[in-house]
Amino acid sequence: MLNIEQISKVFYPGTVNEKVAIEYIDLRVLEGDFITVVGSNGSGKSTLFNLIGGTFPVTSGKITLNDKDVTHTPEYKRAFTIGRIFQDPTVGTAAKMSIEDNMITAYKKGMKGLKISLNNTKRAYFKEELKQLKIGLEDRLKDNVGLLSGGQRQALTLLMTVLSKPQMLLLDEHTAALDPRNAQIVMDLTTEFIEKYHLTTLMVTHNMQHAITYGNRLIMMDEGKIILDVRGEEKKQLTVLKLVDLFKKIKHQEYSSDEDLLAP
Amino acid sequence: MIEGIFVDGLIFSIMVMGVLISYRILDFPDLTADGSFATGAAVATISIVNGYGLLAAALLATLSGAVAGLITAMIHNKLKVPGLLAGILTMTMLYSINIRILGGRANVPLLKIDTLYTKMPEVFSFLPGPWALLTGTLLIVFFVKILMDLFFRTDLGISIGALGSNEQMIISMGINPRLLKIIGISISNGLIALSGGLLAQYQGFADANLGVGMIVQGLAAIMIGEFLFSTNKIFFITLRVIFGAIIYKALMFLGRYYGYYIHLTPSDLKLLTGILVILSLIIAQTRAAASSADARKKAIRRNNERRKGLNEEKNNA
Repeated sequence: MLNIEQISKVFYPGTVNEKVAIEYIDLRVLEGDFITVVGSNGSGKSTLFNLIGGTFPVTSGKITLNDKDVTHTPEYKRAFTIGRIFQDPTVGTAAKMSIEDNMITAYKKGMKGLKISLNNTKRAYFKEELKQLKIGLEDRLKDNVGLLSGGQRQALTLLMTVLSKPQMLLLDEHTAALDPRNAQIVMDLTTEFIEKYHLTTLMVTHNMQHAITYGNRLIMMDEGKIILDVRGEEKKQLTVLKLVDLFKKIKHQEYSSDEDLLAP
Repeated sequence: MIEGIFVDGLIFSIMVMGVLISYRILDFPDLTADGSFATGAAVATISIVNGYGLLAAALLATLSGAVAGLITAMIHNKLKVPGLLAGILTMTMLYSINIRILGGRANVPLLKIDTLYTKMPEVFSFLPGPWALLTGTLLIVFFVKILMDLFFRTDLGISIGALGSNEQMIISMGINPRLLKIIGISISNGLIALSGGLLAQYQGFADANLGVGMIVQGLAAIMIGEFLFSTNKIFFITLRVIFGAIIYKALMFLGRYYGYYIHLTPSDLKLLTGILVILSLIIAQTRAAASSADARKKAIRRNNERRKGLNEEKNNA
């Protein structure tokens, strides 16, 4: 599905602010994978997602999507295959437009023509789809999206993203800005849609329990590298404590080797 | 006299619809308008003087504006300069081009030649002269308004609206935002130039300085319109623009004819327009602040009631 070979990203190269955000990462994502990505702030999770999504170009390396080299493909073209949801609920929807206008834009990916697609058949269809969110949006088709709460907007974003039929989902802490109840609603919807539409998924989360509960594979990032990659049975055995232990162990090794270096 | 204000306002309203697309719908502050308005006037005038016919004159004027918009959008897209600067560049270059179009002169009259506004009294001969002009202009404006309303109901129109509200969403939906910007800014300046072409025919001459200050006047008209009623439906948004344009022209008329009581001269009108825009901004801001303060008070009240309810439950238990 997605194959990442030796990609790296350096911000502000050649200046005092030069920062290596991603250091030669390899990652192979298989069709139907649900990978959770954990790591502390600044470990490169979001940068990795931006490189996969195409927000900015890689410094080196190669990205292939469905056996096609997309390393230099602009973001809007990759969006046909990749659906992205961001932490900020306002990024996925247009606040100044009604729910139905937002949904018609998402209904079919790609450049639009001079057709008027929004008719009563479509409205009925959108209503049906909105009903499965179970947050009462089905009666508010003509309301501006700006009037909705963060949780409602994120649920709508999720629905719009799956309606546009991507093969892959990139979820960048998409429940982090919501209160616990709404976060749970959106998370439940997410797993429901992933199963229903067979979406290959990468999900960044700061919630260790989520990272362990969901998905079939877990990767941990630190300082631009993947330092832990657990899958299958081994992942099922994981607990939050074990995960923290593993992290400490890996970090400790590094510290001790540093100490060795500094020792006289 | 009153018909004159309406005709003036209606012609101006087509220009304001163009500004609406760039400034409000696309959220792209496009200063090309100051140049493309005069370009439209120049192209229409020269087309008529050379006998291309009135329809061709209108179409060519619209097209010339669209090309001006295209250039602004390309400068913005390709060189990654802010929209404001791209617009100023095109506007400045257009000044020279407009004089070239007018054959090296700054002013070309449309005397003793058929224009839309000499034809209208013939077509609507059953109406007295000024009313014929008003009816004709009204028909043109409604035609443009209906086209606008239809366009912004199409999938393409809706996605242009979405671009102005949230560019990332458009990218996520697999659409090239640059292409949408080019289309939107071209249509916007096409309308602005069409309005310029009509004004040249109405006043009987084209002038290279016709467009000076257009963008600010357009903003003033949009903001006046927005005070009338609030809506998110394109039919009422364009209707609001037409009302706003007419009211603006009426205010300027009052300023010109009765302003001398307070020693106003016609040259003060630009200052008045600017003050009008600033006042509109202040009022809009105070309104927004008031409504959020109101919402805050309501939230506090709701919270207090909830707390009271909880306390009572506790006491009962």
